[in-house]
Amino acid sequence: MAAELALDIVKTYSGRVPIRARIRYPVDAATVLILFGPSGAGKSTILRSVAGLEWPEEGRIRFVSRTWLDTKSDIRVSPQDRHIGYMSQDYALFPRYTVAGNVAYGLGHLSAQERKARVSEVLDLFQLRGLEHAKPRQLSGGQQQRVALARAVAPRPLLLLLDEPLSALDAPARIYLRDELRRLLKQLALPSIIVTHDWAEALTLGDLMAVVSGGEVLQTGTPMDVFSRPRNAEVAHAVGIETVVKGQVVWAAAGMFRIDVNGVMVNAIEGEAYGPDVYVCIRAEDIAIERGPIAASSARNQLAGTVTAVAVLGALARVTLHCGFPLVATVTRSSVDDLQLVPGQAVTAVIKAGAVHLVSRQDH
Amino acid sequence: MNWIAIWVTVKLAGLTALILLGIGLPIAYWLSFSRWRWKFIIESVIALPLVLPPTVLGFYILIAIGPHSPFGRLYTDLVGHPLPFTFEGLLLGSVLYSLPFAVQPFVAAFDQVDRRVIEASWTLGVSKFQTFFKLVVPLSTAGLVTGVVLSFAHTMGEFGVVLMIGGNLEGSTRTVSIDIYDEVQALNYTGAAETALFLFVVSYAVLLLVYAVNRNVWAAWPQN
Repeated sequence: MAAELALDIVKTYSGRVPIRARIRYPVDAATVLILFGPSGAGKSTILRSVAGLEWPEEGRIRFVSRTWLDTKSDIRVSPQDRHIGYMSQDYALFPRYTVAGNVAYGLGHLSAQERKARVSEVLDLFQLRGLEHAKPRQLSGGQQQRVALARAVAPRPLLLLLDEPLSALDAPARIYLRDELRRLLKQLALPSIIVTHDWAEALTLGDLMAVVSGGEVLQTGTPMDVFSRPRNAEVAHAVGIETVVKGQVVWAAAGMFRIDVNGVMVNAIEGEAYGPDVYVCIRAEDIAIERGPIAASSARNQLAGTVTAVAVLGALARVTLHCGFPLVATVTRSSVDDLQLVPGQAVTAVIKAGAVHLVSRQDH
Repeated sequence: MNWIAIWVTVKLAGLTALILLGIGLPIAYWLSFSRWRWKFIIESVIALPLVLPPTVLGFYILIAIGPHSPFGRLYTDLVGHPLPFTFEGLLLGSVLYSLPFAVQPFVAAFDQVDRRVIEASWTLGVSKFQTFFKLVVPLSTAGLVTGVVLSFAHTMGEFGVVLMIGGNLEGSTRTVSIDIYDEVQALNYTGAAETALFLFVVSYAVLLLVYAVNRNVWAAWPQN
């Protein structure tokens, strides 16, 4: 049987969006699937169904050669027997146990000696040395997150499930731990599913991304593909960022970055230091379109290009430009008329440096 | 002071609290964790002794365990004597009468335990049963102590149920509260005052303990 995860579930709640989710993707040693979507879309319910913590009324969940759920054959494998690692949004550390106790908790099947060795190994891996005897309430948010991850990983699960792993942290820690988490996931070589509503996390962490909205999976693909080529307006709306292109930082000083995107220079302002390889992300509503060259502007990016497509959606229009790389802008319908935006028209895209977001990138 | 009545009362209250710990834990676990739609029916049955006059409860228990009921006949056949007006009958009545005093604090304590913590334990391969003793019980100690202590104290002071199904037999079913009643009927106010003071002090001490446990006044006590 092909190594894949296949899920097809229906779960209805009274007064909430029913879940009708279908996902199927090949799993190798380290595939990270992102479940992406707005809050309340049903991402966590899908994840919890994979963990065995929610019971869909109907459906099947298969992971490689194991069937975890098949309502037709009345197969319902308990969370205890799925051999998964699960981390909830608030980490749910055991308050009465020490850090070492939390990590050792799932290792009851090992002998005392093996358990000690495994705990020690995992504590080293997650840089928790020196905190063995601390109680969860004495730890910082970032430390709690590492303990929760260490606890989930210690019993060598088949699949790691992380529900909004970074959302409980403050912003600076979140950006740092995002890269840290990716390094760890690759080092562990453990297939994972990560729920997030943050597109930067999706880009950094994911090999594959499934966009979930209204309880349904709308599109599955690599994060960059899904962001830059949403299948329909619903996906575009759910992901919320329209332009994602690969670039290289060629110059950086005092929070200013100059990035080479396909030979075109783009300026960005970011608080964090970034390595040379980045994703350049721009929201469609942050791009203004001017006709022809412009004299002077405070905006640091004035990119000359041509219109390749115009799609009118009510009062707004989605204009696709080519400026050496594809760029999607949202403008009002009246601007389309005033500027006579038609395919082939030469224009300048004006973008403030602060509206250009960078996400570090390691090619998968 | 009637030391025999005090001994009977303490024995009755202690055994009642112990039995309620045993049967109250699974009932409370089910009430706290079940998502069954009709759960409220069971909840109201358990709360019934809180509002029912003890004589009414005692009356039904008396009928249920009496020689004309199937249960009463079975008991008489097995043990050789009927259940009413014995210590065992009184114990059964006390357990039913104090059930909500144990179960409700247990449920409240279990309700406070973070479900995510319990789920984390399950996903780590630990069974529901083990999770209960490794995580739920240690995180509910204050509620469990409250339930046991309240059911003990409530049994200490019960009157109506005892009178209905226990009668008033020295050494087996005469409890402190009945003793006080007897003393007053006999116009022996001095004896009644002593025993009443005893019950008063014990009850107050018990409540002090319950409130102290819930306030975590002793820093040495493990905190949640």
